[in-house]
Amino acid sequence: MKQIVVISGKGGTGKTVVAGSFASLANQKVMADCDVDAADLYLLLHPTIKEKHKFSGGKKAVIDKDRCTGCKKCMEVCRFEAIKEIRSQIVVDAISCEGCGVCKYVCPEQAIRIEEVVNGEWYISDTKYGPLVHAKLGIAGENSGKLVTVVKQNAKLVAEKGNADYIIIDGPPGIGCPVIASIGGADIALIVTEPTLSGMHDMERVIGVAKHFGIKTVVCINKYDLNLKNTQAIEEYCQKSNIKVVSKVPFDKAVIEALVKEMPVVEHSDSSASKEIKDLWDKVQEELKDGK
Amino acid sequence: MIISVASGKGGTGKTTVAVNLALSLARDKPLRYNLESLGQGTQTYPHSWVQFLDCDVEEPNAHIFLKPEFKRTYPVAIPIPEVDEQKCTHCGKCSEVCQYNAIAVLKDKVLIFPELCNGCGGCSLLCPEGAITEIKRTIGVIEEGKSGNINFSHGKLNIGEARATPVIRELKSRIDSNKLTIIDVPPGTSCPVIESVKGSDFCILVTEPTPFGLNDLILAVEVLRKLTIPFGVIINRADIGDKKVEGYCGRQRIPILMNIPVDREIAVSYSNGAPFILWKKEWEPKFKNLYFRIKELISK
Repeated sequence: MKQIVVISGKGGTGKTVVAGSFASLANQKVMADCDVDAADLYLLLHPTIKEKHKFSGGKKAVIDKDRCTGCKKCMEVCRFEAIKEIRSQIVVDAISCEGCGVCKYVCPEQAIRIEEVVNGEWYISDTKYGPLVHAKLGIAGENSGKLVTVVKQNAKLVAEKGNADYIIIDGPPGIGCPVIASIGGADIALIVTEPTLSGMHDMERVIGVAKHFGIKTVVCINKYDLNLKNTQAIEEYCQKSNIKVVSKVPFDKAVIEALVKEMPVVEHSDSSASKEIKDLWDKVQEELKDGK
Repeated sequence: MIISVASGKGGTGKTTVAVNLALSLARDKPLRYNLESLGQGTQTYPHSWVQFLDCDVEEPNAHIFLKPEFKRTYPVAIPIPEVDEQKCTHCGKCSEVCQYNAIAVLKDKVLIFPELCNGCGGCSLLCPEGAITEIKRTIGVIEEGKSGNINFSHGKLNIGEARATPVIRELKSRIDSNKLTIIDVPPGTSCPVIESVKGSDFCILVTEPTPFGLNDLILAVEVLRKLTIPFGVIINRADIGDKKVEGYCGRQRIPILMNIPVDREIAVSYSNGAPFILWKKEWEPKFKNLYFRIKELISK
């Protein structure tokens, strides 16, 4: 079983468009949406939820106001400015609290307890393309990296049970904890970039992360014809860094049309982008056979 | 005043809006505005009253457009524990206290996992032997400088580091309350976004009229409502998709502050790192009006 993770650095370069098309093109696979902050893959795959689970990603301090004497020791030790005095009452700002529990230990009145908070849900669903494991982080929730790990672990279990050949992971933007959690253990990272200076800058940083964790990386340049000079610069950079540019997808209105109809572009029409993405899937399979 | 620019979905045009807004307001000469219609008389803004903070520390991009001259660089470090094995009795208190599993106490040794440490200071504070001190671990950098009249700062998380929030927190400690601060927020809805928008007087949500744009806009709206920050929406590439974003904003009584049409010239200038108001002059007053509209919305 091979894990393919689609990442980008910069947001909005086309990760979900590519991952959604792979859902349609690949046989025997499990899909995982690891962009738990802003999960969009379900919009293309139309899942029916089979299992729903609560996610607890963190802890929060709670002050028992009957016991609190207002000594403010907790406030002194909190490094996250999460304990405030509001109308002479000591309260926890749940959004700033990182659940470290130091306040609980220093409180002379034992007035503080640390509680697990439910701040998300994750699901195992059926789609016409096969199983999808996805999640929704609670509003202003935290620890999205941990939720990504839960999604991935369960995608793996589902894949093992169903003898799947691939796990296709739609990753988050950025380079921080949810990205690191998404790429861990992947057999290949497909970076979808665009020929803009921002896209290039962010691609270089996310290539650095993939390299740091020793993940084989290939690049796809989306909307490559928007700026041919930048496309060339990306190709040169990748060549120097020993990374293959496996595909160049042209700008194509059919991509937006398919998006508005909430379907993978490869099913919507046989347009130029659609053809190139089909070819990209073949390339990714070849790269997987190639190994490191 | 602090105006943050966020989106939920990535790539909708946060940086474009933040940069063009900053440039439209930062000018060489003091600016005088007649604000009688707002009941504020005539107001004068000195030059260099705009501060720009790029809080997308995982993937900062605003510098590509504003080309600041960086004058100062500061490392961002978080405290992590260091154990004096001479004093340590291996009682295990530190590992009991640590909520992040960053310390494991073995029979004759203490193991520290720096990348898990949250820097809360609990272990050093509560060690009964006073055997734990804190040392600094660098996880990123803040760079500061000037882009014309704009005071520019951004943070950069080091490659391979997981936690962006300490870098954002450090960057935000540099907010100058005498200035108009424009914050470019990272995509998403979790901790780095919360840390970036917290304390804003107003948040601009940039979206695009597609199912993805709408889905992620709704998530971002829920976050801002929870944080009780007033907000409005800018629809970028306003004619590419459908009308559902407009419908949603109408039903939710969310003000639509601006529509930016699909324009190949805007896309190409973006790809080359050029803010479009510099040559599409008709947009400069539109971005200025955006600022006044926001002022009006805040004062309501």
